Amino acid sequence: MYRYDIHDQTLVDERVAQFRDQMERYRAGRLGEEEFRPLRLQNGLYIQRHAPMLRIAIPYGMLAGNQLRALAEITRRYDRGYGHFTTRQNLQLNWPALEDVPDILADLAKVQMHAIQTSGNCIRNTTSDQFAGIANDEVEDPRPWCELIRQWSTLHPEFAYLPRKFKIAVSGAAQDRAAIQVHDIGLRLWRNADGELRIKVLAGGGLGRTPMIADVVREDLPWQHLLTYLEACVRVYNQFGRRDNKFKARIKILVKALGIEEFRRRVDEEWAHLKDGPQTLNQAAVDAAKGHFPEPERRPVAENANEAFDELRAENRSFARFVTNNVSDHKVPGYKAVTLSLKRREHAPGDVTADQMEAVADLADRYSFGEVRVTHEQNLVLSDVPVDELEALWKELDTLGMANPTVGTLNDIICCPGGDYCSLANAVSIPIAQALQERFEDLDFLYDLGPLDLNISGCMNACGHHHVGHIGILGVDKKGEEFYQISIGGNSTDDASLGKILGPSFFRSDVPDVVEKILEVYVAQRHEDERFLDTYRRIGLKPFKERVYA
Amino acid sequence: MPNKASETTAEPVEQTPVHVDHLIANGELAAENAWCVSYDAEALPEQRPAFVPLTLWQANQEDTELAPLLTSDTELTAELAQQLGSAQAIAIDFPAFTDGRGYSLARLLRERYGYEGEVRAVGDVLVDQLDYMRRCGFSSMALRDDQHPEDALRALSFISVRYQPDVEERQALFERRLTASE
Repeated sequence: MYRYDIHDQTLVDERVAQFRDQMERYRAGRLGEEEFRPLRLQNGLYIQRHAPMLRIAIPYGMLAGNQLRALAEITRRYDRGYGHFTTRQNLQLNWPALEDVPDILADLAKVQMHAIQTSGNCIRNTTSDQFAGIANDEVEDPRPWCELIRQWSTLHPEFAYLPRKFKIAVSGAAQDRAAIQVHDIGLRLWRNADGELRIKVLAGGGLGRTPMIADVVREDLPWQHLLTYLEACVRVYNQFGRRDNKFKARIKILVKALGIEEFRRRVDEEWAHLKDGPQTLNQAAVDAAKGHFPEPERRPVAENANEAFDELRAENRSFARFVTNNVSDHKVPGYKAVTLSLKRREHAPGDVTADQMEAVADLADRYSFGEVRVTHEQNLVLSDVPVDELEALWKELDTLGMANPTVGTLNDIICCPGGDYCSLANAVSIPIAQALQERFEDLDFLYDLGPLDLNISGCMNACGHHHVGHIGILGVDKKGEEFYQISIGGNSTDDASLGKILGPSFFRSDVPDVVEKILEVYVAQRHEDERFLDTYRRIGLKPFKERVYA
Repeated sequence: MPNKASETTAEPVEQTPVHVDHLIANGELAAENAWCVSYDAEALPEQRPAFVPLTLWQANQEDTELAPLLTSDTELTAELAQQLGSAQAIAIDFPAFTDGRGYSLARLLRERYGYEGEVRAVGDVLVDQLDYMRRCGFSSMALRDDQHPEDALRALSFISVRYQPDVEERQALFERRLTASE
């Protein structure tokens, strides 16, 4: 994975000194609350309901074992011994003390980490596919491109005071696992008939209170122009995005107001001046970036290992369940990617204790070349496990409580921190996730339902991506009381769609019953092997509505 | 605070020309600031030299003690940029420090239209914005009255690493790395 050179290290060290100075001026009253706000946000620091919250960047979800150990130590030393992985592949600390934050950032810098631009009206952490570099269906490894974007966007002098936040996601595979259609800019790497790398550029997607699927700005951008083209897009947004109303300030509103043709025209006009300029990429620059992501030195796996693996799978039902749900195919025969479930009733979705972080770091060292990935579904991935070690890894994960064989099922809930932690939330979300996990814990039932994304957000800011859940749950506030609005039919992958609201919202205690009724309709109406999403698309909202509000 | 504006509430246009004491020019605290900024689009100020709204400057180009003040929503067309080429200095207004349009305007003036005179940031100009302003091509920044000039000078020196090319540094870091490794 990417390792800092002297420039990267100097930058994060200098950034810590800069923030320390800003924090001192703030605490001494020389820097006002309003003036400090964008500075602390662009260093990941929120002022939250119970305590400050610090969001640590995990660039495109890649973590080294030593970084995960450092994070464990930080959560023990400065927090309550756990952290929360987010839908944007970052890690949040819920209980740091304000005055400790410069020291936390200094500790992060020691392991080549930071919290730069994890919040605020700027270009945020670039996210990507958790199976980057190892997926069977990959056209181009997105990580070197993400790193080029990370560097281009980090401390960009022109784009620190955008109208609103700006999120970029990159996918390089046939299947989109990075939700690129619901980002401010989504990039898809593909190859044309001559085998040349091209980039499809999408703009104006996003969730929040006005969810939208992105439009295509350009189908076939030659890779050399990635950074100048991004600069043109963001410059147009910086100049023309609305600044009078923060709820209408995202690029999606601009794209919609101008229309995609006019938006494209303005970007192209801007780009005409930037094209072939100093940020144009060349093969040497891309090769240098790719040099940071070499193939690990995988040992050959014996031919009969696959047979032994298949045999165990046939014999051992628990192992088979784990493999079916939590193990993914790898481009190299004899290797698999393993998803570690962070979804258990005892913990909020995405939460990990310091002990677990250290244990996962050890597992990564022993089974997967010392690297861990964070998924936007709030799980972790060990990307390079030989099949003859899968059983041993599975047993160790089971001991750690991270072998829940429910990845991709109804139980693998995406959930924001909600009203228990977040000052923006209208309602709690974690207790809803827990109530649903409790109701639907029978594995046979979960497997029978098949792939099902259930996403929960505690408010319309949609951090839990409820719009793109096959079933989405949104916490709303009605005269000081918590209610939950349920939508169905959303989807974040290739055939992205936004969920439709079922009808009037429900009491918290009714949510599990309502979800159960929705599932009953699906089970009764589905054709053989039809996914929930496809049944919904075929029969529409009405049968669900009639059953739930009967 | 005469020159502070907020993003959400439109404040009445300041009729009295604004003059601030602390000016950062070329990375140093300037000994004095001769210029005032007049936001009144109807009448010329008595004080000189003065930055005045664009239309007023356009109508009084024979007055050598005037220079244009660009609002943050200025659409910098090639035609306008050509006119501005004759200005001895250009001020870009920051109505609120959260309004980032001025950064793009300064870059366009410098990088696209090759303007070489003074480009000054005025309005809601804070200590912690100066480094980015400098990188975008501002040669001087008139600090909001409550900002401490010693904080400003310190703030300019924190970050030495630049990934991107900017008005001062014409090569992206990836290019400089390649050159260094050759």
